[in-house]
Amino acid sequence: MTQAVSLKQVSRHFGTVRAIDDVDLEVAPGEFFAMLGPSGSGKTTCLRLIAGFEQPSSGHISIFGEAVEGVPPYRRNVNTVFQDYALFPHMNVRDNVAFSLMLRKVERAERYRAAEAALEMVRLSGYGDRRPGQLSGGQRQRVALARAIVNKPRVLLLDEPLGALDLKLREQMQEELKALQKQLGITFIFVTHDQGEALSMADRVAVFNTGRIMQVGTPEDIYRRPKTRFVADFVGSSNVLPPGFVEALTGTRRWASLRPEAVTVTRAADAMAHLRGTIVARSYMGSTTRLGIDLNGQRLTAVVAASDELPQEGDGVGLTFASEALHFMESEA
Amino acid sequence: MTALADMSGAIMPNRRGWLGALSDHFWRRPGLLIFLMLLPAILWLGIVYLGSLLALLIQSFFSIDEFSGLINHEFTLKTYAELLKPQNLDIIVRTVMMSALVTIASAIIAFPIAYMAARYARGKWKALFYLSIMLPLWASYLVKIYAWKLILAKEGILNWLFEQLHLTWLLEAWLAIPVIGGNSLSISYTGTFLVFLYVWMPFMILPIQAAIERVPTNLLDASADLGATPRQTFWKVIFPLTLPGVIAGSIFTFSLTLGDYIIPQIVGNSQFFIGQAVYSHQGTAGNIPLAAAFTVVPIVIMGIYLWLAKRAGAFNAL
Repeated sequence: MTQAVSLKQVSRHFGTVRAIDDVDLEVAPGEFFAMLGPSGSGKTTCLRLIAGFEQPSSGHISIFGEAVEGVPPYRRNVNTVFQDYALFPHMNVRDNVAFSLMLRKVERAERYRAAEAALEMVRLSGYGDRRPGQLSGGQRQRVALARAIVNKPRVLLLDEPLGALDLKLREQMQEELKALQKQLGITFIFVTHDQGEALSMADRVAVFNTGRIMQVGTPEDIYRRPKTRFVADFVGSSNVLPPGFVEALTGTRRWASLRPEAVTVTRAADAMAHLRGTIVARSYMGSTTRLGIDLNGQRLTAVVAASDELPQEGDGVGLTFASEALHFMESEA
Repeated sequence: MTALADMSGAIMPNRRGWLGALSDHFWRRPGLLIFLMLLPAILWLGIVYLGSLLALLIQSFFSIDEFSGLINHEFTLKTYAELLKPQNLDIIVRTVMMSALVTIASAIIAFPIAYMAARYARGKWKALFYLSIMLPLWASYLVKIYAWKLILAKEGILNWLFEQLHLTWLLEAWLAIPVIGGNSLSISYTGTFLVFLYVWMPFMILPIQAAIERVPTNLLDASADLGATPRQTFWKVIFPLTLPGVIAGSIFTFSLTLGDYIIPQIVGNSQFFIGQAVYSHQGTAGNIPLAAAFTVVPIVIMGIYLWLAKRAGAFNAL
């Protein structure tokens, strides 16, 4: 099957800095794909390579089977939603959205009709006459989205599109983006540093760190079966347990991860408890409470449902967890 | 120890006597501070600047008694009628044409230079750019113009260069063109044009460069992403967004050319420009009203120019 986007051994170096280092990646047509990683991990560079703003130092990139080395961005049937929206300040919303059609010499009436349809799709009909400066952040974000989809690109790239929005708006936009992707059937590639966003929206996630891909998989794979310490720690701040500790517990000398919500906290006197420790931190998070537990020098985090009978700081507790919850990792990195 | 003890209260003591009290007072009344800071500027702009401009405007409505040469202090439009006489209108048309051509040419030459400096020059290259733009401004204006007179003269280096390139015929063909030609470059409109272009160029480059630097690069990325070729990006994004800078530069080059009286006197065919007309009318001829009326012309032209620019949407991107 032809992949929507395929990167083969792609590297991009800026001087001695390896922004992207030997990356292999395949994105299937119609997929909602997330590139997740901390800032400076190379995920945005990866996106810019696909858009054509950067050229790879080595390796091959193809889009729907066609090699795009040396093909300028304006000849790629790929559109981008920029992190800070990059709306043209000298044009009103309608002309911003119709920009790509105007360049293709589409007749004015027709391109305005298409622009209006795209604005309707992002629920901004009637805003055509406004200037970008008169819109709120969320509205600008929608205009940027409308502008990128008006021309029906094969692949839509989104660079931290929700990063500047407040929490409530972000959650709403997450749902709308997913619905829009289903409706259009376009391949979405989505860059984010927010693991919750990546897990909730994407069909598959690639986790980036220091210019390399650490793991690619479904959100469930990434969350429940992290391959490396970095993935375990970055995606959902798992407890990463060192080999010595794991050996004492299971007899196997390997790095392992344990999700905070998989840990059950009981009374210290509980005879069934696997481990005993002391509560050293407690933060209330609404529906859950996060407990920091000291186990003779090994720190462990547990997330428990809110209840009136939670232990206080300094209390001794017992811990239990299902043995399947402990996940052994393949690599130490 | 004592310093630490001083910090223990909720309010720290005033450590600077009456100056400190004054600071506190200004802090509570920020309007007063702003007023005091603006006062010198208001006085300067209002009295020295606008006041004298108003006096000048009033002068232009007086007239001169042709027999006695005395100024008649009665309001009349007679001087403006004189301004529209063919020999004076010629001067205005000549000056405006020259200003317009100098402005257009300098914008065309300045834009690529400014673009290079804003987009590609970094670190010491940027410093070198500023130095090479500003350096000519540090040299005396008169020295530069006389230098140009030598460069453009029949025995000058430019003629020599054309000779070496076996292009003397080209230069002669150019000088044979009526109006813009002449005996040599240094006594032709072409020469005047070249010197104006050289002298005012920094005033066009710097505002354009500043305007280009303000255009975020991600707009250029977005334009290319949406399918714009570099040429389309220039005309649809870069140019509209930097137009205010071009207009700012053109205000400089246009008004400086409109008002200059030295360059056409040294390099050119001795036909008057507005500045020279003002100079001679207020000096030897003693016709202050006509000199004032001539001075009003550039003001009116600049006013119309800015109004047209605004109507054309040149400042929309601001």
